[in-house]
Parts: sequence; C-alpha cells; structure tokens
Amino acid sequence: MTDETETDLEELRRGTDLVKRGFAQMQKGGVIMDVVNKEQARIAEDAGAVAVMALEAVPADIRKRGGVARMADPADVEEIVSEVSIPVMGKSRIGHTKEAQILEAVGVDMIDESEVLTPADDAYHIDKRDFTAPFVCGARNLGEVLRRIDEGAAMIRTKGEAGTGDVNQAVHHQRTIKGAIRELEGMKHEEREAYAREIEAPAELVHETAEMGRLPVVNFAAGGIATPADAALMMHHECDGIFVGSGIFGAENPPAMAEAIVEATNNWDDPERLAEISKNLGKGMKGDANADLPEEEKMQGRGV
Amino acid sequence: MSLTAGVVAVQGDVAEHAAAIERAAAARGREVTVREIRESGLVPDCDLLAMPGGESTTISRLVHSEGIAPEIRAHVEAGKPLLATCAGLIVASSDPNDDRVEELGLLDVGVERNAFGRQRDSFEAPLAVDGLADDDPYPAVFIRAPAIDNVDGGDAAVLASWDGRPVAVKQGPVVGTAFHPELTPDSRIHGLAFFENEAATVPVLEDAQ
Repeated sequence: MTDETETDLEELRRGTDLVKRGFAQMQKGGVIMDVVNKEQARIAEDAGAVAVMALEAVPADIRKRGGVARMADPADVEEIVSEVSIPVMGKSRIGHTKEAQILEAVGVDMIDESEVLTPADDAYHIDKRDFTAPFVCGARNLGEVLRRIDEGAAMIRTKGEAGTGDVNQAVHHQRTIKGAIRELEGMKHEEREAYAREIEAPAELVHETAEMGRLPVVNFAAGGIATPADAALMMHHECDGIFVGSGIFGAENPPAMAEAIVEATNNWDDPERLAEISKNLGKGMKGDANADLPEEEKMQGRGV
Repeated sequence: MSLTAGVVAVQGDVAEHAAAIERAAAARGREVTVREIRESGLVPDCDLLAMPGGESTTISRLVHSEGIAPEIRAHVEAGKPLLATCAGLIVASSDPNDDRVEELGLLDVGVERNAFGRQRDSFEAPLAVDGLADDDPYPAVFIRAPAIDNVDGGDAAVLASWDGRPVAVKQGPVVGTAFHPELTPDSRIHGLAFFENEAATVPVLEDAQ
C-alpha cells in the first residue's frame, strides 16, 4: 500500500497553465457542439461530442436576429451543466470580464471569449490569467493567436465566419496561421525578433512557436463547419479538433449530422469511410456564402 | 528488437502519450515505433498499448464502433502491457457507474467520473506512487479526474491515493491512473507500465547485434 503520509494534500495547485492547457489537450480529436438547451446538449453527448458550448442562440440565428448578442442566461447554462457529463463551455463577450466570471461561477469548464457575441470592449480582451477556468479564443492569424495566448488563452480556434455554413474563412485562417509558423521556422533569431514586432506579438512566444514548430496550445477549427467533409477538411489542415456551431442544429436531422461529424473527425484521412459517413444525412444548414457577405456583417474582424 | 507501441487515437491527448512512450523507451535504451490506432487491425501488431485521456463517452463509443475494443481485450489477455489514463481508465474499468460509457472490463475496479469536481477544481500535486524507479513524488495532473472505487475483492493493487481515494492501480499487465502522466516530462509511470511490470510480457532486447 502507498504510504499516504508522503502525499501532502496541501501542495495542490489549481488553475495553473499545465492544468488549463491540459484540459484543452483532452479535447483533441474531438467535436465541440453549440447547443442552446438541455435537449440539444443530450443529443450532442449521445452523438459523441467531447464538449458542448452553451449559448443563447446559434450563430446563424444571432446573425439573422441582429441586435446585441450577450452571454446566455446562467440558469440555462446551469441546466445544461446538470444534463450532461461531458464538459460544458460558455461564451462571453470580448472584454466582458464580468460575464466570464459569472460563467466561471456557474461551473462552466471553459470560457469562449467570442467574436460571435457583441464585443464589450473595443481595445482590450479579458485578462484571462486571473481566472481558474481556462479560455479559448478565436484568431485569424499568428499575431492574434500569440496575443491571445499572452493574455492567458489555453486554446485557440480559427475564427472562420460563424453562422455562415461556409468553411472558406476557417480554411483561410488555418492556412494563414500554419503558413506563418512554417515561415518562422526558417528564420534566424534576429529575423524572428523583427517578425514579432511586425505582427505585434510577444517575441518570447514567437521564439517558442518557432522552436516547437507548432503553437504552444491546442488549435481547433471553428466558423462555418457544416458537414462531415468540412470537419475532415479542417483535420486535413492539421487542426487538433472541431467546433461546430449552427451546422448541427441547423441541419434537417441533427442527431445523424452530429454523429457523422464525430465519425468524420476520427476518419478524416479515409475517403471511403468518409463517403459512407456522409450518405443520407438529410439537408445541411442552408448557410450564406462568405463571398456574398457585406463587410459590416462579418464577425471575424471583432477583437484583434 | 525494436518495439511497436500503439496509442488508441480515436480521441484525446494522443501525441503526448506517444512522446512519453518514446522518452520512457529511450531512457531504457529501447527502440520503439509508435502507431496511432484509429481503426481495427493494428492493435494485434502492438507490443504495448496506451489509452489516453480525453472524453470517456467519446472514446468508448468510437473504440466499439471502430471494432478496436475486442482487440484491446485480446492484447491484455495475451499478457501485453496496457496503460490507461483518466478517460482511458474509465473505459478500461469494470464499472464506470454511468450508462453513457461502455466499459472494457480490463480492471476489476469501479470508477466515479469527475470525482474531484469540474474543471475549476482540476489540480496538479506531487503524489506518492508505489513501484516507481525512485521514491520522489510524481508530478500528477488531475483534469476532471475520476476516482477509483470498489477495489475490494478484485485483483487490482492500489499504487497511489489522493485524499483517501485510490487514483492509480495495477492488475496484471494493466496499469490505470486517474491522472495524466503523459502531460509532464516525467516518464516513470510509462516506465512502470511498460518496462518494469513483471506481470506483463514485452519482447526482450536481444543481445545479438
């Protein structure tokens, strides 16, 4: 038997970088699904989601409805938290420290400081280091990625263009981030320093990324993923996992679509399996092509 | 001879386990090739196997639907070593106390999922673990971790406890931990599971060059 006197319970530490980033690492290879109530949360868990994102309305509906988009009602978030055994994430507005604290208080496992909601602060993001709960943030390029990590984000996702059902911008952001890392790897020390100034990122994180040849935190795809093939495409572009927003509950048959996206994320490199998985799922979400979207309706420019 | 290691890769922190296996092997002068297991047909070629952390509902669903589950059982029945961490431990147990998880029954233990709370309660701490290469506490990382229950009457030996609840067990060729040895550079748990477990069979290093 273990001599328990050797283990000192007082030495426990919560909310460290290791514990926050570790949580994100456990989500890898998985699909995180947007849900607006406990019934949807149950469908997501049964389909094999690794986590659910609790929000008031899916991005496609936020887009249609217009007005100010805010954190979900904490009572609804709590209901989802007690419905499922998988982690529950919640969205706060960019820079809205109080929404984030409220979400932490009701027990969400990760906070998404999200451009899908109306930003509360034009200049600053939340100081995420003050929290015990880990954060995920969206990014379009390496500068945004490293600024968010510097603020304490434990996970990064592409911004894509949420609520459109068009994967185009998620691909663009992932290619931009990966391309920048490849470029960095070929640079000398002083060139990386100059590059850090150019992209307005901390030099320390630029060097760390260059030496690791990847981001120091987990990097998921989000924004416009609507089909199993879209999820597989983002895994092909070396994302660590997938967020699906409106793509599941905006589809004709949500349980089938949810399950298919989970299986496609695991089998992204097997075209024959993908063909089987993609059959007879009913209609996907209708969506809006990114190219047709007026500049002022894009969410991705929020919070850089 | 060079070893083949498999990491069940349907979901979870697979790359971290692969790196930890490589570190543990290198420290013992062994060569190892790590394969990611996403489909059936690969486990039978593996000398050792890891089931990573992740979400137990997702992992159990996919190891069954992909046909990997019976191969993992056969691996353990053949006496080959398996390390199952956190969600992997839940899937390897005999009773996850949750009908959302379909267990493999490789360890005679029950588990309580999320026994130490939600993510805000997750923690790291030095932990005394029996059977390691030295007596230094192990830097254990617990993330929405399970606790092990009902070890009484079974064949599982408790290697470590936190706050009176078992968090690491060993039974024959299987080692299960509620924490994440793959998240720290300390490869002693992987060493214990794969190279210093007398109840497990691993092909030996041949002297002939």
